[in-house]
Amino acid sequence: MSEETLQRTPLYEIHKTLGAKLVPFAGYEMPVQYPTGILAEHKWTRESAGLFEVSHMGQCSVLGPNFETTARAFEMLVPADLLSLVPGQQRYSQLLNIQGGISDDLMITRSNWEGLEDSLYVVVNASRKGFDFAHIEENLAQGVTLKRYNDLALMALQGPKAEQALAMLIPTINTLQFMNSSRFKLDGVDVHISRSGYTGEDGFEISVSAAHAAQVWNKLLSDPLVKPIGLGARDSLRLEAGLCLYGHDIDRTTSPIEAGLNWSIAKRRRTEGGFIGAHRVQRELLGGVSRKRVGIKPEGRAPAREGAEIQDESGRKIGVITSGGFGPSVNGPVAMGYVETAYAVAGTPVQLLVRGSAMPAQVSTLPFIPNRFKR
Amino acid sequence: MTVKFSKDHEWIIVDGGIATVGITNHAQEQLGDVVYVELPKIGAQIVANASVATVESVKAASEVYTPVSGEVVEVNAELSGDPALVNRAAENDGWFMKVKLSNTSELDVLMDKAAYDKFVAG
Repeated sequence: MSEETLQRTPLYEIHKTLGAKLVPFAGYEMPVQYPTGILAEHKWTRESAGLFEVSHMGQCSVLGPNFETTARAFEMLVPADLLSLVPGQQRYSQLLNIQGGISDDLMITRSNWEGLEDSLYVVVNASRKGFDFAHIEENLAQGVTLKRYNDLALMALQGPKAEQALAMLIPTINTLQFMNSSRFKLDGVDVHISRSGYTGEDGFEISVSAAHAAQVWNKLLSDPLVKPIGLGARDSLRLEAGLCLYGHDIDRTTSPIEAGLNWSIAKRRRTEGGFIGAHRVQRELLGGVSRKRVGIKPEGRAPAREGAEIQDESGRKIGVITSGGFGPSVNGPVAMGYVETAYAVAGTPVQLLVRGSAMPAQVSTLPFIPNRFKR
Repeated sequence: MTVKFSKDHEWIIVDGGIATVGITNHAQEQLGDVVYVELPKIGAQIVANASVATVESVKAASEVYTPVSGEVVEVNAELSGDPALVNRAAENDGWFMKVKLSNTSELDVLMDKAAYDKFVAG
C-alpha cells in the first residue's frame, strides 16, 4: 500500500509531536513506538499505566426494535450468548464463516445508555472492518440495522495503575466491573468506557468523538502514572497474555475450538447451534480437533518468529508458530502456534526450525504472564 | 585507521589485517531494542555481502551482511549476555566480530563517515 493512501487517526499529529515512529498498519499510519522504545513501554504498562490509541479499529452499533430481536439477529453471526447480556455487559466472540473458520474476532457490548438500550455496540479489528461491516449488514434479519461510527476515536488505558489514574478524572470508575461498560463524563466530555483490553492487565477502553479525542488523550497523559504506548508493545503485551492476533493466531481456516476459545461459547449456543459455522464448532466440540493453539517457550534466548516450523524430537513437522517474539516481562522469547493435538500438552518437548537450525522448546500453558483483570 | 561504512549499515575498522565489524548507530536506531544477536562461528569463512549474523529486536529479526571476506577470528561474547549493548554502543563496545581479511580491495568500495552520513540522510 502506498503512503498516499494511508489514513490518519484523530491523534496522528499528537503522535508526531510525541516523537513516535509511525508505520503503516491496516491502512493507517500508526505509532509503533515512542522514543522510550518498546521494552520500556511494555514494562511501563505492566507496572503503571499505558495509553494506546486504537482509533483504527472499527466501531459500530447493531440496532433493532427491541433487545431480544437485536441479540437474536447477531447471534446468527457469532457463537457467543448475547441474549443473556445485561445492559452494559460485554463479551468476546468471533465472526465465523460457513466452514466454521474465523472471519474476525470482536467485542460485543449490550448498550446501557439512553435511547440505545436495544442495541449492541461492536468493536472489530482494523484490518477486517471493511469485510466485517459488509458481512454483518448482509446477514442481519429484517428490521435490524448496522450503524458505523466513522467519527469516533478509541483509546486504551491499560495497567495496574489504570484505575487509579482514571479515578482522578472519573471518581466513580471503580464501580465499573471487568467486561462491563457505561457512559461517563471525562473532563466535561462524553465518553463510553468499557473495562477491558488487550494486554492481560486491568484497564479501560475509551470511545470518544474524534473532535474531543486530543482533549481526552492529553488529559489522561498529564498524569505522571500514564505514558503513551505504541503498537509494538501492544503486540508483545498481548502475546505474553496469550491473546490471539487476527490474521496470525486465528484466521479463516482456524476454528474457535482449534484456537482454544471454547470458553467464549456458552452452553446454550453449543447445544442449540443456530449460527454460521455451527456445524464445525459442534462437531469439534464432540469429536475433538486435529490441531490446537498452544504456547511455545523456546529454551534459549533466540526468539522464534511467525512461520517457524514446529517439529517433534525426531524432526517431523507437527505444527507452525503463528506469533513469536521477545517477552519483556518474561525476559525471554515467547511464542504461540498450532501443533497436532497429541503434542498440545504443557511440558511436551518440541523443536523449532529457526534459520535452518533446530532449537529446543517446550509446549507451554497460556498466558505466559498471569492475567490481572479486575473481576 | 579509519572507520568505513557499508550501504547495508555496517561499520568496519581495520588494524593489521584484522577488521572489526559492527552495525551502525543509525542501524540500531532503526531496529529498536535489541534482544538477541546470533553471531557467526569462530573459524567460519565468510564472503563479502553474505548474511553472517542476525539481530533480533522486539519487533523483528534482521540480517547482518559482512562488507568483507575472510575468516572470523573472534566474536563479541558480551552480546550474548547483554544484547542491548548494541543499542548503547553500536559503533564501539557493541561490535559483532573480527575478521582476518582475505581481500583488502573490498575496502575500497566502502564509504567514509561523511559519505555514509550523506547516504543515510538520503
